[in-house]
Amino acid sequence: MIASQSKLSKLFIKCKSENRAALIGYLPAGFPNQSDSIKIIKAMIEGGVDAVEIGFPYSDPVMDGPVIQEAAEVARKNGITMAKTLDIVKEISATGVPTLLMTYWNPIERYGPEKFAHDFSVEGMEGVITPDLPIEEAGVWLATAKENSIHSIFVIAPSTGDGRLKDVTSNCSGFIYAASSMGVTGTQTSVANTASALVERVRKISGTPVAVGLGVSNRVQASEVAKFADGVIVGSAFVKAVLQNPSDPATAVRKVAEELSLGVRER
Amino acid sequence: MLAEEDIAGKFGQFGGRFVPEALIGALDELERTHNEAMSDPVFLAELAHLNATYVGRPSILTDAKNFSKHCGGAQILLKREDLNHTGSHKINNVIGQALLTKRMGKKRVIAETGAGQHGVATATAAALMGFECVVYMGEEDVRRQSLNVARMKLLGAQVVPVTSGSRTLKDAINEAMRDWVTNVADTHYLLGTVAGPHPFPTIVRDFHSVIGNEAREQVLALNGKLPDAVLACIGGGSNAIGIFNRFIGDAGVRLIGLEAGGDGIETGRHASTISGGTVGVLHGTRTYVLQDENGQTVESHSISAGLDYPGVGPEHAYLHDLGRAEYRSVTDAQAMEAFALLSREEGIIPAIETAHALYGAMVLGKELGKDATILINLSGRGDKDVQTAAAWFGIEL
Repeated sequence: MIASQSKLSKLFIKCKSENRAALIGYLPAGFPNQSDSIKIIKAMIEGGVDAVEIGFPYSDPVMDGPVIQEAAEVARKNGITMAKTLDIVKEISATGVPTLLMTYWNPIERYGPEKFAHDFSVEGMEGVITPDLPIEEAGVWLATAKENSIHSIFVIAPSTGDGRLKDVTSNCSGFIYAASSMGVTGTQTSVANTASALVERVRKISGTPVAVGLGVSNRVQASEVAKFADGVIVGSAFVKAVLQNPSDPATAVRKVAEELSLGVRER
Repeated sequence: MLAEEDIAGKFGQFGGRFVPEALIGALDELERTHNEAMSDPVFLAELAHLNATYVGRPSILTDAKNFSKHCGGAQILLKREDLNHTGSHKINNVIGQALLTKRMGKKRVIAETGAGQHGVATATAAALMGFECVVYMGEEDVRRQSLNVARMKLLGAQVVPVTSGSRTLKDAINEAMRDWVTNVADTHYLLGTVAGPHPFPTIVRDFHSVIGNEAREQVLALNGKLPDAVLACIGGGSNAIGIFNRFIGDAGVRLIGLEAGGDGIETGRHASTISGGTVGVLHGTRTYVLQDENGQTVESHSISAGLDYPGVGPEHAYLHDLGRAEYRSVTDAQAMEAFALLSREEGIIPAIETAHALYGAMVLGKELGKDATILINLSGRGDKDVQTAAAWFGIEL
């Protein structure tokens, strides 16, 4: 696979032709447990999510707010490991939906970046989002990802200066992850105008698709973001749906995805 | 000797910056401000003035002749950081970073704390300089160190108990980082140890170097020669770097860090990161970490809240790999033995953190014999540990 022919890249082309944004849904691996986690992610896809971002639950998630922290704790208590995450990636990518992994850096370093890139790409993982790996520390990872045809996706923030924005975005492949605000993951009442300003700055220097995350949780917000971004990333709203509906989390997640998928089509 | 390695915040393979993008700008600003300040005579004069008139520097050197008996007769020199204002070395770094905060025009400081010493020092500086102050403290540590929680509140700080993860120092740092990511425009994260992303390990070392600078002169004035070894306890490693730094170029002086052994490394319940950990990334820096095969941080254990941390400053990791410093492990029981001895023999109640270094001297003194001179950083006083010590020794309160 060449990165430009990945399902992920094709997805953004398709969405553009349909004049809509792509909906990217996040859920932690193994949450609330291994088998339910797969069912729930599949329900998220049935509900209309275009690409899946599977999070690896980590002990020290400094970019995550209380909702995703809680989910990560539950998944860890129920025994999630890198090996089990690999099984989930395999099951999800088999559905044909672009499958990405979101992980803090240390679990990759511990697994071994080369072995990680190899093992996970073989099972269909197309890209990795690394929220605590600044570009200055990413040399080894960029080379490894490239060798294995994996998209390396970095986060940009409203505080990222212009010079730096160029460095970061030019190393992003697949899409650029634009953080909508200064803060951690979680649902917010309004997605600040800072997001559209940031995306506008990126457009001037990069042709790579831009997806906006942090704080998007409902149809109205998804539609707002879809007006200026190529992708809308939603995480905490799905996690919340699972936490609040322990008897039937899959149905709750499907409903959230259905709502959001309407939103990304309302430009 | 280390100057070259210090470029761009790397100590050999260790150090660096592994943080969310939103913090990069703030870390750059901090690095710039620190670099400018350290070559600004006005800043340095203000720092020196506060050290002399507020902190109580220079701290004295005490020749512990009675305690020496328990150390094979070796001369034991105590660098008395316990006599600083607020009762530990932590104030050195806090005063320096508080001045940097002022220089950056920020009005709010946040801090993490384990034993509460760094939290108290930060609350103190915030009161002095008129900053809003929020201290994150693991719920478990709030319970262990209730006296320091009360002190912080009296000083006007808000203490936020952290209930995530292991509810100790590691989780307090996570919570402080989350606050900082969100409020970085007007907030300085006053990190309390030589860990964390660049430039923190360098800044904190620079402000604590005063310990070793003074101690080296004091030992030379007393003995006419350098000590044989310099000892300090290690959690994150700030007091140790503070006293080691000036001696790194003195090849004949052994530098020994004493890590918290908890119930013993072999039990798995310990906080000896260098002796029992592996290389990884934690809290923004590459260093030795207590972690499992999935890269998850493993909870540390120690009777001492201030050493109960599963990481260690990257410069210590580097000094270890270079062979320039040695790192040994001291169990809870051994530390408490030294705690009791120093109290009875010298009339000095040390912090339980510091007691780890004192036990290290009891072992090393016997190895080196009576002609040796051992310099110990007496990093803090034990008032805050009275409840823990009373419970340990069965004293009814």
